[in-house]
Amino acid sequence: MRGNEGINIMEIWFSENHSPHVKFDIRVERQLYSVKSDYQRIDVFDSPEFGRFLTLDGSVIFSEQDCFIYNEMVVHVPMAVHPDVRKVLIIGGGDGGVAKELLHYDSVECIDIVEQDSTFVEVCKEYFPETAKGLDDERVHVYNTDALRFLRSKLAAYDLIINDATDPFGASEGFFTREFYGSCFKALEEDGILVYQHGSPFYDEDAQACRRMHRKVFHTFPISRVYQAHIPTSPSGYWLFGFASKKYHPLTDFKPKEWKARQIPTEYYTCNLHMGAFMLPKYVEDLLEEEERE
Amino acid sequence: MDLKKQTSAPLYEALEKFRRNRVVPFDVPGHKRGRGNPELVDLLGERCVQIDVNSMKPLDNLCHPVSVIKEAEELAADAFGAEHAFFMVGGTTSAVQGMVLSVCKAGDEIIVPRNVHKSVINVLILCGAIPVYINAEVNTRIGIMLGITKEQVEEAILAHPKAVAVLVNNPTYYGICSDIKGICELAHAHGLKVLADEAHGTHLYFGDNLPISGIAAGADMAAISMHKSGGSLTQSSILLTNNGMNADYVRTIINLTQTTSASYLLMASLDISRRNLALRGRQSFQKVMEWAEYARDEINSIGGYYAYGKELVNGGSVYDFDVTKLCVFTRDIGLDGIEIYDILRDEYDIQIEFGDIGNILAYISIGDRIQDLERLMGALAEISRLYSREERRFEVDREMLLPKVAVSPQKAFYSEKESVPIRKAAGRISGEFVMAYPPGIPILAPGEEITDDIIDYILYSIEKGCSMQGMEDPKVEYLQVLKL
Repeated sequence: MRGNEGINIMEIWFSENHSPHVKFDIRVERQLYSVKSDYQRIDVFDSPEFGRFLTLDGSVIFSEQDCFIYNEMVVHVPMAVHPDVRKVLIIGGGDGGVAKELLHYDSVECIDIVEQDSTFVEVCKEYFPETAKGLDDERVHVYNTDALRFLRSKLAAYDLIINDATDPFGASEGFFTREFYGSCFKALEEDGILVYQHGSPFYDEDAQACRRMHRKVFHTFPISRVYQAHIPTSPSGYWLFGFASKKYHPLTDFKPKEWKARQIPTEYYTCNLHMGAFMLPKYVEDLLEEEERE
Repeated sequence: MDLKKQTSAPLYEALEKFRRNRVVPFDVPGHKRGRGNPELVDLLGERCVQIDVNSMKPLDNLCHPVSVIKEAEELAADAFGAEHAFFMVGGTTSAVQGMVLSVCKAGDEIIVPRNVHKSVINVLILCGAIPVYINAEVNTRIGIMLGITKEQVEEAILAHPKAVAVLVNNPTYYGICSDIKGICELAHAHGLKVLADEAHGTHLYFGDNLPISGIAAGADMAAISMHKSGGSLTQSSILLTNNGMNADYVRTIINLTQTTSASYLLMASLDISRRNLALRGRQSFQKVMEWAEYARDEINSIGGYYAYGKELVNGGSVYDFDVTKLCVFTRDIGLDGIEIYDILRDEYDIQIEFGDIGNILAYISIGDRIQDLERLMGALAEISRLYSREERRFEVDREMLLPKVAVSPQKAFYSEKESVPIRKAAGRISGEFVMAYPPGIPILAPGEEITDDIIDYILYSIEKGCSMQGMEDPKVEYLQVLKL
């Protein structure tokens, strides 16, 4: 194979520090694009193992090979709990992946996406056209504004909010704050659900961020549970999601029969996995419970 | 301003050159470029400790500048439109003291607004001059002291023929400007000097559509807090003189109290900050103004908060308003400014400049990011949703009282004193400062008569969580008064 010969001649590696002392490398075939937007640096690469992937300020945001995992996990888990989701807000998510997953549900009437960085949306449309198809549906509306600003005027406007922003230290720092979770609470209907990226609990600095997030959400919502998935490009390959809710419990209000009846095609999510995802390792349980006692 | 010349930073360049020459130090400071104190290098970084050096020929001397410091000061004077600029390393406090000591001597009177910074009253203790306070008008809705009017200044001048100078806040902490140009004309016509306290006004020299700067308005001296809106290191400041003030005399006055080991870190930060302001200040402050105006509109649309702006301007006590100041009146949601100040820090990890009884001030500067402003506004909206209580009425006349000056601050300071329980202090003369911090305007200064109203106000401020400073008794159960 000629492609492989080319790779063997020249080695290019993308590196990302997962901790100050641990580095994660992806072999790169070529860099397709690089741009500095008003908010962040955006890069797109092709790689033999993960296919095409996108980075923001040097951190992998998604890859063709593993993006199905979190797109499914942030969508199907709440959708199998809340009986009647009509209005959804996605924060971040300018790539369209989460929206595309949501569009499988006929009951969803309206999907608002708040993605501050219009350059990010343009880059995704150009280099990930399959995923970005999710943005073209007539139910989907993209707003290029700050999410906190967007949320300030919203009161009981959504059944489900998905915070797709991943980085509590970068440009999306504001979406891991108490004011953000509080604004989401206010913007949700009285039986609304917020699902958010809860980071990785393994490396020390990530664990600290994870704790802070849980403490803030736990004090904002009456129900606040955490669930997990294996995502290869995330730090330590292990990733958590937050499920914060005003009324529904992710397990006791879980409706597997109804969900199965919808016949949604998946590659990662199953009803068994739904239950299992909330069964956390002891060290993660301990870390979360410590914050709940604070 | 000569823009081409402003592109250089002579003091900073001399330091860089010196660093590259790798001169062996057998002089102070004793850490010797950090080698003797590795922990200090860890803390501050190598570049920083390498230029922490002593005065020497290639680097000039702040006490008597003849080369690179002199050039840097000349560039600063040109950038600010003044005749002379003096680099100050003791904060704007030292610049204010330099101004007052340059124009006042013992027994002279100086006209000052009541909301002067404590540094002004402190320097009166040093020099023996006597303050003539102007009780600036209070905005009864938001409970802040406004500017002084030309008429009030004229009244004070006519009533106090011994007065030698007028000091004007340009602007106040809250962004309120007096008619400093009118006051300059009036004061000069009566032979008085005008001193501009511009601790909150550096940017006025580098912005379009901002209130007039002290020097442009005709002030004889101005104290500029470069480390606030100017971006230099904390404690660095600039003193400006104009209208033929004797610069040698001012330098002599400054040297009375200034260190002979001025920090080159502070001075170099003044030099490069001046360059930055001269070259890019206008664009930067344009952005700051736009952000502050945006934040004002957004905060006002939350409901319950009042972020005030240009609408306060009334041609008198608010002659102009500095729109870069983001002040918010908070009592309509039932919370004191100081309460919101604490909630923002404790619950939302947001530190603002100050909270007083009725207001908060968020300081917007050239270092801000729009997403951080969104956080501030998001947090304010949340605080209103979660914490708001019944609206609180404001008792303004209790707020701002003007005590009678019974003896000079210097005489009071050095008189024999005794402690009396605060409730029994009425009728006595105060021997100490009583300040509520923030915003740090004295409720009582040494030499002033204590009344029941003032005692009530002090106790009220403590109850509201203001930090009380200046008193010997930290619990403020006792006050120091002059012995009878």
